[in-house]
Amino acid sequence: MKKLSARRRHPLAAVVVLLLALAATGGLYAAFAPAGTAKADETAQSLAIEEGKKLYSVGCASCHGTGGQGTSDGPSLVGVGSAAVDFQVGTGRMPAQQPGAQVPKKPTIYTQAEIDQLAAYVASLGAGPIKPTEGQYSPDGADIAKGGELFRTNCAQCHNFTGEGGALTYGKYAPSLEDVDPKHLYEAMQTGPQNMPSFPDTTMPEKEKKDIIAYVQAVNSDKSESPGGFKLGGLGPVSEGLFGWVFGLGALIAVAIWVAAHTAKAKKS
Amino acid sequence: MSTVTETKKAPAGERVADWADGRLGIYTLAKANMRKIFPDHWSFMLGEVCLYSFLIIILTGVYLTMFFHPSMNEVEYVGPYVPLQGQLMSEAFNSTMHISFEVRGGLLIRQIHHWAALIFLAGMFVHMMRVFFTGAFRKPREINWLFGFLLFFLGMFTGFTGYSLPDDLLSGTGVRFMQGAILSVPVLGTYLSMFLFGGEFPGGDFVARFYSAHVLLLPGIMLGLVVAHLILVFVHKHTHFAGPGRTNNNVVGMPLLPVYMAKAGGFFFLVFGVIAVIAAIASINPIWAIGPYRPDQVSTGAQPDWYMGFAEGLIRVMPGWEINLWGHTLVLGVMIPLAIFPAVLAAIAVYPFIESWITGDKREHHIAQRPRNAPTRTAFGVAWITAYMIMLVGGGNDLWATHFHLSLNSITWFVRIFFFAGPVIAFIATKRICLGLQRRDKDKVLHGRESGIIKRLPHGEFVEVHQPLSQGELHRLTAHEQYDAAELPPAVDENGVERKIGRMEKLRVKLNKGYYGDDSQIAKPTVEEYKEIQSGHGHH
Repeated sequence: MKKLSARRRHPLAAVVVLLLALAATGGLYAAFAPAGTAKADETAQSLAIEEGKKLYSVGCASCHGTGGQGTSDGPSLVGVGSAAVDFQVGTGRMPAQQPGAQVPKKPTIYTQAEIDQLAAYVASLGAGPIKPTEGQYSPDGADIAKGGELFRTNCAQCHNFTGEGGALTYGKYAPSLEDVDPKHLYEAMQTGPQNMPSFPDTTMPEKEKKDIIAYVQAVNSDKSESPGGFKLGGLGPVSEGLFGWVFGLGALIAVAIWVAAHTAKAKKS
Repeated sequence: MSTVTETKKAPAGERVADWADGRLGIYTLAKANMRKIFPDHWSFMLGEVCLYSFLIIILTGVYLTMFFHPSMNEVEYVGPYVPLQGQLMSEAFNSTMHISFEVRGGLLIRQIHHWAALIFLAGMFVHMMRVFFTGAFRKPREINWLFGFLLFFLGMFTGFTGYSLPDDLLSGTGVRFMQGAILSVPVLGTYLSMFLFGGEFPGGDFVARFYSAHVLLLPGIMLGLVVAHLILVFVHKHTHFAGPGRTNNNVVGMPLLPVYMAKAGGFFFLVFGVIAVIAAIASINPIWAIGPYRPDQVSTGAQPDWYMGFAEGLIRVMPGWEINLWGHTLVLGVMIPLAIFPAVLAAIAVYPFIESWITGDKREHHIAQRPRNAPTRTAFGVAWITAYMIMLVGGGNDLWATHFHLSLNSITWFVRIFFFAGPVIAFIATKRICLGLQRRDKDKVLHGRESGIIKRLPHGEFVEVHQPLSQGELHRLTAHEQYDAAELPPAVDENGVERKIGRMEKLRVKLNKGYYGDDSQIAKPTVEEYKEIQSGHGHH
């Protein structure tokens, strides 16, 4: 004891105490911390994360940072969840081609398996919305009319009555929803990509999302009907007016020219 | 009956005609009008397009009234269109759905009615421009010009009230827009809105009120104006373009009976046919996709029909200015567009009176002018159309943005700037083009038409052979009369007393110089010039 107390003013005493304290804290933590997740790490999930991380370092890290923390060129991906990855990469929006007001949809460059691996990696960075299962987004058995009402209340102000899309400020826009995969519609509502607000289950329950998907599928997909003939883009009076001027009045003027050019022959000469 | 069988009876047709003449005086009418002459020119048939589409609108409109319920009572939809089943809507919307999906031919008739309305308004616009650019509004036709303008103006509102009747989400937004415009009127706005809607917007009355305006009041006035317009066309007789044998005192063309009756009758069916084909292939105002109106819902891309697009544009590009005074808000962002809208329309409506004041010409004119021979007027007309079209772009700014990948805000700024700059550029450019065309006409008259034949002269020079124009063509190109620019009288009269010249007169002379001064028209070739050149002295 004497030896110890004699050295308590030694210059390295504080360092030794600190090391001992750290060792004690770490040891206690190791003894009491839940070990469940660490045990399961040897499964497919951790392999997916490993693979996803590799894909991420090649395709995403230049903008989103090596650990998904974000850079000046791209936002942080911590907490965006697998649903956001599945939407952004699954619709071809990510990886982005170039910076701009908004990243457009383009052909997908990853397979679904690769997208799932990327999603697993990004989900491992922090908890976020989880990629939905088919039971969640499938429009089967949903109430189309209710979906229409919800669509007109929540979506139409940017996406137009039937989801033909519309303009936002400074070159941004709400894209057309024509033939969008129900899964992607669901994920977009869940995660609020780019300029869209998100509609989490707390504000819009799963059932209502399904209704909306059913409505969009009913009115704006290759299966939907247009009882009145060509729908002229479904854009309303501007395209109708243009059509009326060009084809309506245009045809009538052509007819008028034809009638005026064919005069009574007997009176001629 | 048997007692009179032996007397020589006139043919049945003649007897019917006699009977009618005794009661209606048709012989005198026919004698005066059967040989009425109409000149042949396609642009003179634009008015007919309007007349016939108006008739088509009335006929199809009558059919629609049989099934439409102008009521705002709330009902639940139980019809065949699945995406709306169980939704609450007004009876007006419900009955329009019924017309579209259950009434036999209902959707086709609805679409004919709506397409014919768009074409009617477009036809009136083009017809009006034809009359404007050919100077056919000059004395004695100024009043008829105003009748025509009123028809266009009322047509806009008849169209707007009709567009609002189905009470769908699109038109409801339009009605809300209109209510907002009414509210922006200082002091009176709130009262007017409460009066029009029978309380707070939207209330339960406006469909019924718009309905009586749409089917009775406005078309009634329009029908009266159409009749008056046609009577004046008969009274004034038709204008025609200059040409051999065509003077200010005659009309050269085909008689009403039988030629024009057949042509016009046939043309009616052609117009009906074209509109029916359009209505059969292209959807218009698909209210089932739009949904019923609810004041808490709105969609992007909510525009009015094209003839109101100009008003929409004014509102869209106007900065949202407002002034707060003594607890009241003056919404300049809406009030100023509301004032510009009638002002732009009035500018074209009163133009004939302004031109006749500037020229001081009180004679009758029955020869339609070629637009190039009235450069200042043509330039004014093109400037007006430019302003109108720029505002149409403003009204559809969101679709320009999405379809041409532009920024909505840049389009708005473009429209703001070019609403003022565009007409000026268009005015200057048009005037230059007109003068260039006048020079070309002069050149053609004096030197003939370029034949494309290249001749080599003995000394080696190459020249192009010009072919002289025919006598008729020469007449056509030189028949227009040219005004001399007005001059102010000398500042002192013959007694040495200073002459008093009013400000208005000074302005008139100034404008007149702008119209007919040296920079505003090319003196047409004289007979002497022509003779001198044709005699070979001044060859090319």
